[in-house]
Formats: sequence, structure tokens, C-alpha cells
Amino acid sequence: MTLAVTAVALLIGAVLGAVVAAAKLSGNRVLVFLGSVYTTIFRGVPELLIIYLIYFGGSSAVTAIGQAMGYEGFLGLPSFAAGALAVGIISGSYQAEVFRGAYLAVARGELEAASAIGMSRGLRFRRIIMPQVLRYALPGFGNVWQLSLKDSALISVTGLAELMRTSQVAAGSTRQYFLFFIVGGALYLILTSLSDQVFNRAERRANRSMPSAMGQV
Amino acid sequence: MDIEFLSSTMVTLLKALPMTLALFALSVSIGCVLALVIVWMRVGGNRYLAGFAKGYIFVFRGSPLLIQMFLVFYGLAQFDFIRNGPLWPLLREPFVCAVLSLALCTAGYSAEIFRGGIRSVPPREIEAARAIGMSGFLLVRRIIAPIALRFALPAYSTEVVLMMKSTSLASLVTVWEVTGVAQRLISHTYRTMEVFLCAAVIYLVLNFIVLQAMALLEHFLSRHLRAAPPAAKA
Repeated sequence: MTLAVTAVALLIGAVLGAVVAAAKLSGNRVLVFLGSVYTTIFRGVPELLIIYLIYFGGSSAVTAIGQAMGYEGFLGLPSFAAGALAVGIISGSYQAEVFRGAYLAVARGELEAASAIGMSRGLRFRRIIMPQVLRYALPGFGNVWQLSLKDSALISVTGLAELMRTSQVAAGSTRQYFLFFIVGGALYLILTSLSDQVFNRAERRANRSMPSAMGQV
Repeated sequence: MDIEFLSSTMVTLLKALPMTLALFALSVSIGCVLALVIVWMRVGGNRYLAGFAKGYIFVFRGSPLLIQMFLVFYGLAQFDFIRNGPLWPLLREPFVCAVLSLALCTAGYSAEIFRGGIRSVPPREIEAARAIGMSGFLLVRRIIAPIALRFALPAYSTEVVLMMKSTSLASLVTVWEVTGVAQRLISHTYRTMEVFLCAAVIYLVLNFIVLQAMALLEHFLSRHLRAAPPAAKA
């Protein structure tokens, strides 16, 4: 459950992040401003507050829509969707910065060379920008994954039965608080160190065409 | 937009601000001291201490803060020797538990940041200091610490902002700081958007102030670097 929420959140975040990064890089003043507002707000406000907002605010929005369509009573937003959306929006703000940094790391000369030999914008994006951005963004993306994995523990406040919530319930019903929280913490540790391994391997694979003398082994 | 409700919410939330600030200040200062101890263990050369520090950093960076906080708040109370121990009157308080877990967690992150700072001190400067006979504490105080501090500051300011946001988790162990009060207001009034806006503004302003203060400190610490070019010309 924890993994599912984090994966969905990261997917939402990747799409949002790419859009916001594109907006911040577009040079259009309005878009740059909107992008900056987004990254400032969601990186500057506590994650817990955002989860509360999406969960409770989303529920009242859904209820309002239900009433407009003639349904009386309270409609709740499913906690999975609310949690994934909240963590996704947060991770989106971090990923926007990761993508922006990766785009800026692509050498100017390569872009000029691509234009010079007559590549169109789409082709240039697909052949030159995309492969390099993905490679440069990978370490930052790994960081965001670890952050989101730990943020997903906060979704437990909405009652979603992920790792944190489950250990909380087990601890409460058996009164063995220490034991179950230690086990929960250990499981998170295993998840984070495993994903660390995965990202290390992915980085090595992405860099396999690069000379290893550049610092990566 | 209901201005009256907004302002009354703002007033209620601002009353909780001292609690957030107290959590923040205490945990950042305790965490900073702890981080210095850990980073000293990590780079000190003793194999066992370095192993301990590595384990500490791994555990506290690899698990969610929420679980650490619950472990301290609910978990410790389970043991009789802590319940009957001399520290129980302190550990019973949610505030103390929150500060303790925040400080322990930030110490793990800060230790890595400080280690990065220490590693970026050019080896030549250390060699030069050794060559003129500096040793031990003097070397750390005069050469390593000032340079490392300057290198570590940008990353550390990020960590401090993260800490400011993490204080919101204390609401889950029944400390009434800004997020906790906001949550209670939401459940009383069902006006999520307005309450959230007020709380968000408070945190944004706080983080803005913290970042400005850090930037000022950085500006102040790198004074000699800016003064260098004209001095070299003259």
C-alpha cells in the first residue's frame, strides 16, 4: 500500500513537475510567475497541512459537486486518491526543480549544434534534450522518491491502511507500541535502502555510455 | 471571502505561533549540537564511533519522522524502567517528546550536511596549517570549522526550512502548535480553505524570514570573498 501510494504520487508528481518545469523555463513571464508560485508554496508549507487540505477540502468539493447533481449528504474523497494527490502535488514541486536543473545542465552547444544541422524542435527535444535530462535528473529523482516514501507515512492521518497506519493500529490494539513502531520503522528502512540500491543501479546503467573517469563508477 | 472569519482564524492561529517557534528553536539548536557530536564521531577516525555514527545517520534518515515521533511518544511509555525512571516527568510531556524526536531526526540530516562541508575543505589548507605547527583543536577552530561552515550553510538552510515544516507533525502527538490548532478549527467549522490559507501564510512567512536570515548570515560570512578583488587590484 505504501509502495502503491508512493508510486502513484510520484507519477502525478512527474507529470506536474514536467509541466511546471516547462512553464518556468518557457520565458513567458506569466508562466514563470505561476511556476514559481507553485514551487514556493508547496515547498514552503508543511506536508501535513497539504494533506489535510486535499483530504478535507477535496471532500467538501466532492460533496458540493454531489449536491449540485442532486445528491444529498456527505461524499468523502477516497483516502487513497486524496493521499496520492497530496503527496503527488508536493513531490511535483520538488521534481519541477529537479527537471529544471537537469535541463539547465544540458550543454548549450549541443542545442545549438542540433539547430544548426536543421533538427526541428520536436526532434531536438526527443533526440538531444530528453535523453540527457533523464540522465541528469536521475539522482534528484531518487531523492524525491525517498522523500515521498517518507511523506507517505503522513497519509496515515486520513485513515489509509498503509505501513504507518497499520503499525499504529497494531500497536494500539496490542499495547505493544514500541515493538510495532520499531518493526514499522525497520520496514521503512528496508524500503529506503532497497530503493537506494535500485537507483544506484539505474544511474550506473544510464551512465554506461559515459566515460567512468568522470567520477561515477 | 469572509474577512471577519479570516481575521479571527488568523488571531487563533497566531496564538499557537509561540509553540511552533519554541519547537523549532529548541529542536534546531539541540539537533545542531547533536549533529556536531555525530559528525565528530563520523570523521574522528575511531572505527567503532564511525560505525555508530553511520548507523545513526542511516536509521534517522531512512525512516519517516512520524514513526520516530510515535516511537518516542507512545513506545517509550511502554517500558516500566522508563515509567519509574527519573526522566519520566519529562518524557511524559508531549512537547518534550516532540522536541526530542525532531532533534534526533535533524541531527542525522545535519550531520551529513556538516560532513559534506568538512570534506570540501581543501586538503592543502589543512596541510599548510599543520606545516606551521597548528594541531588538534586549534586547527579545527581556525581552519576547518570556518571553511566548513561556509560550505555547509546553503544546504543547512534547506534543512532548517524542512525542520520548520516538520514541527507540524508535533500536532499528531497532541502538541497544540499552528497545524494542530488549524486542524481543530477545520473540524469545528468545516471551512477548510480559509483555515488552510491562514496557516499556509503563517508558514510561508516564517520560512521566508528563516531563509532571509540564513542568506544574511551567508552574506556576512563571505564578506572577505567579496572584498578580495578590489584589494588585489590595489
